[in-house]
Amino acid sequence: MQELRERAAALLADGTVDRVLGWRAGDMPWNPEPAYFETQESLRDFVYDGFCGANLSKYMIEASKLDGKTLVCLKPCDTYSFNQLLKEHRVDRDKAYIIGVGCRGKLDMEKIRAHGIKGIRTIRGAGIEEDEKTLSIDTIYGQKSISYEDAMLSRCHVCKGKEHRIFDEQLGTSKETQDADRFAEVERIEAMSPEERFAFFQKELSKCIRCNACRNVCPACSCRKCVFDSTKFDSAQKANSDSFEEKMFHIIRAFHVAGRCTDCGECSRVCPQGIPLHLFNRKFIKDIDVFYGEYQAGADAESKGPLTSYTIEDVEPGIVGERG
Amino acid sequence: MQRIGVFVCHCGSNIAATVDVKKVVEMALFEPGVVHAEEYPYMCSEAGQSKIASAIREKALTGLVICSCSPRMHETTFRNAAKKAGLNPYMVEIANIREHCSWIHKDMEEATKKAVILARAAIAKVNLNAPLTPGESLVTKRALVIGGGIAGIQTALDIADAGYEVDIVEKTPSIGGRMSQLDKTFPTLDCSACILTPKMVDAAAHEKITIYTYSEVEKVTGFVGDFTVDIRRKARSVNMDKCTGCGVCQEKCPSKKIPSEFNRGLGNRTAIYTPFAQAIPNVPVIDRENCIKFKTGKCGVCAKVCQAGAVDYDQQDEIVTQKYGAIVVATGFDVIRLDQYDEYAYSQSPDVITSLELERVMNAAGPTKGHLERLSDGKAPKEMVFIQCVGSRCADSRGKSYCSKICCMYTAKHAMLIRDKYPDVNVTVFYIDVRTPGKNFDEFYRRAVEQYGVNYIKGQVGKVIPQPDGKLLVQGVDLLDNRRILKEADMVVLAAAIEPNPDVRKIATMLTASIDTNNFLTEAHAKLRPVESPTAGIFLSGVCQGPKDIPETVAQAGAAAVKVIGLLARDRLMTNPCTAQSDELLCNGCSMCANVCPYGAITYETRQVNDHGIREERRLAVVNGALCQGCGACTVACPSGAMDLKGFSNRELIAEVDAICR
Amino acid sequence: MSIETNETFRPKIVAFCCNWCSYAGADLAGSSRLSYPADVKIIRVPCSCRVNPMFILRAFEKGADGVILCGCHPGDCHYSTGNYYARRRMTLLFSMLDYLGVENGRTRVEWVSAAEGVKFSQTMNEFVEKVRSLGRNVRLEDLRCRN
Repeated sequence: MQELRERAAALLADGTVDRVLGWRAGDMPWNPEPAYFETQESLRDFVYDGFCGANLSKYMIEASKLDGKTLVCLKPCDTYSFNQLLKEHRVDRDKAYIIGVGCRGKLDMEKIRAHGIKGIRTIRGAGIEEDEKTLSIDTIYGQKSISYEDAMLSRCHVCKGKEHRIFDEQLGTSKETQDADRFAEVERIEAMSPEERFAFFQKELSKCIRCNACRNVCPACSCRKCVFDSTKFDSAQKANSDSFEEKMFHIIRAFHVAGRCTDCGECSRVCPQGIPLHLFNRKFIKDIDVFYGEYQAGADAESKGPLTSYTIEDVEPGIVGERG
Repeated sequence: MQRIGVFVCHCGSNIAATVDVKKVVEMALFEPGVVHAEEYPYMCSEAGQSKIASAIREKALTGLVICSCSPRMHETTFRNAAKKAGLNPYMVEIANIREHCSWIHKDMEEATKKAVILARAAIAKVNLNAPLTPGESLVTKRALVIGGGIAGIQTALDIADAGYEVDIVEKTPSIGGRMSQLDKTFPTLDCSACILTPKMVDAAAHEKITIYTYSEVEKVTGFVGDFTVDIRRKARSVNMDKCTGCGVCQEKCPSKKIPSEFNRGLGNRTAIYTPFAQAIPNVPVIDRENCIKFKTGKCGVCAKVCQAGAVDYDQQDEIVTQKYGAIVVATGFDVIRLDQYDEYAYSQSPDVITSLELERVMNAAGPTKGHLERLSDGKAPKEMVFIQCVGSRCADSRGKSYCSKICCMYTAKHAMLIRDKYPDVNVTVFYIDVRTPGKNFDEFYRRAVEQYGVNYIKGQVGKVIPQPDGKLLVQGVDLLDNRRILKEADMVVLAAAIEPNPDVRKIATMLTASIDTNNFLTEAHAKLRPVESPTAGIFLSGVCQGPKDIPETVAQAGAAAVKVIGLLARDRLMTNPCTAQSDELLCNGCSMCANVCPYGAITYETRQVNDHGIREERRLAVVNGALCQGCGACTVACPSGAMDLKGFSNRELIAEVDAICR
Repeated sequence: MSIETNETFRPKIVAFCCNWCSYAGADLAGSSRLSYPADVKIIRVPCSCRVNPMFILRAFEKGADGVILCGCHPGDCHYSTGNYYARRRMTLLFSMLDYLGVENGRTRVEWVSAAEGVKFSQTMNEFVEKVRSLGRNVRLEDLRCRN
């Protein structure tokens, strides 16, 4: 982190960049937040640790409108989102100075809490350079610990890899943390009966309070104005008053990002109700892989997306019924 | 709020026998916006139309719903009637209560109920309709033909004869194309040059035709009626105005060992050359890569011997920019590369040649002066084997899945010509099927078999093995006899598949014309619009669209010319008003819409917008109404709903859905 | 509200038909007097690629029991490529609805040419029968839209 801070300061000092987009400490040790740093002094507040899960690529849409370059810290998985935004002309490559920052998996406070760890005062072992396998947590109930892996965000267990797909320079080392099958959850649901599936999603989606956190954090869901906020479809934004609306919103949201979603997992990370929203996106990703060949959105900034291309031999929609 | 009039047609008894039209009228009056409703036996009749017109005037109607037959039948009729009465024609909607209702349902109550719902959907739509006006664009009365083969020449001649200016752009130093390389043509066996050369001369002499040889299309902008094209005229190093075509430079040029493209590499040419004797224009070019002067700075013989002083080593490429109303693609074909077909020993033995190479061998102006001889030792062959479908109808990735169409006929031609001229030569043809659909084609093939004794064997050749004595051992099968065949041949001729000229991909991209997986240009409609590209103003001529023989190519060239003439004859183009339109405040500039547009109608521009007080530069989608055909693919690709289709807008279609489900 | 049995249940079916092939196919079914249930109501769209998944969900929201999309056969699209995009979109959408536990018999895509009046009528008969067997759409409707 210190190396990163110094490098950022140097780039600010020599005028390469006009600002730094990173994270600063939040009010708790586990909630650092995205922040701009425009002076070397302000970089004192810069942090980068295991809790910096936020994907900063979406912030580059606005940063691209500012004068001068913005240094942006992107983790390997964030670079996919950046590429995708680049493909969609939403960010300006010339306005970004990308430091590919190291990552050994990001932490999930909910996982820690789920281990019964409460009343947290400080957490040690969450640093990015350290290779500690355990988090030591000082709580008001005494010293607790949890293994780093057990505290990781679910998405990190299906990590896409430690390679940065786009960067100007790289700092720090990354580790591939994948130890689970990316589509196992989707397959588990697919194996259920239609009634069970319906019940499962009904239960999950009924928690939705339409706070739009998923929409706001999603780098693919970056429309200037969402269809649910415009009058174009007579589908005005409002809290759900019926089970239909939550489905409509989430199906359409997933459809709009299908073929563009990099599976960064931010939607599920930020959902205050803990709805596993990535299950929608990952279903589309799985279907796209199966039907149209493996495709990873954001792996590059040039290739045509699966919904803006076709082959003459594509499967027919009837396959859904035939598959049973 | 609209003031809508609903007109329910009885269509004699076609509708009225099953649908209670009075009930439909009565129910329609309950719908929002409806201020008038009536029924009449024949709405499409003069009397019916005048009822509509008077209602428009008396009730100050702003929209019409006609409950009648299919809009495919009478939409235009009713739109024109509305227009005559002063109403925008796009304020008319048809509820199809005949084909989709009265004709398929028997129960009156059920059919009436459905008719009411269909009327309701149309009313809901009209409530949201907005008047639409077709756009207009001017037509530049000049056509561009890309490719100077028989397809391009014929298209250009036909367009020019109608009185329009045409430019031909040809990549090689001369027009003439593949046909100029052929010896004889099937099924009449007349000499290719004899029928082609006069056409080349006509094109060159035509006052309306400008020929740019040794030139390529570099950039295309604009749209139907108004294309702007940059043509790169590559430096010829010979001044076209001064050169007299005497040919002395070619005689004296010291680099004589350059494989001749025209002779398919079977003969040589000089560095300063015209590809063939009848080349048009008869002005040589200097192949700078092989010219000693350009390579070493020394030589300069051609300039010294040129009496006219036409050789100009300093000549530069020149860009000509010209406006066109229409563009015809006539880029033709080449034969596929055979380096992956080791089994036929094409790369190993000079006596294994392609049919196009055989054309050159048999041509009096070719590398062997027209004598049929083995290229390895110059001996006259006694045994010749032709192998069909080399790379055509091929299941694997080495070849093409399609039938190249011309091979069966030219092989019959070759076989017949050889048997005629050299009766002592045995000719064997291995084939999968012999395909001879065409006027006098099957008769021609049968003559080869029956009159000329060509030995046709149904079966494929597995391998051609060059023997130490110079012979070629052909291993094949006879499927009809079910036996293996081993045959010693002196020459083997491969009917190699044809493929579109590889440059066509680049050209198609420039023109935003669509192209299929085999690189053939796609037609606007496979059956009904076979010479038009889906991109308006782009036409297709010859093999760039699909395999064809000469008569078909000429016919298609003429058809393409007619389409071009039809376009150029108009001063202005009315454009379909039901086109896509982007709401600039919602547009992300993400290019999703342009990625699915089959017409290249969507471009992007960076523009200042004022979004509720926020002023900023934004990348925005812009639809060219002259190019957009109104399919709507972009509207669904657009995640923000910025892209909408006039005449079939999101809100209109949703209103229909709602009305039906209500 | 009475309890409906499958015998009396009349489903609401929305059929989106492309203007060039399927709508003409439906016209041909009409002029050939090939009947299919009146439950089917056709909406004309220029091309199958005009159909937004929003329209389909909207139909279900408003109480449709089945939605079918008809377009030109692949390769025959009036706009060359529209139905290829529609095919991908609908495949993914239907798969998603299936995943959410919505009966997949309620959605269908069929390619019907202008010459296939018989196919149009058969398809509609089959589809209505299928939706009828599934009964009322309760999983994707908006209760307030029930009527």
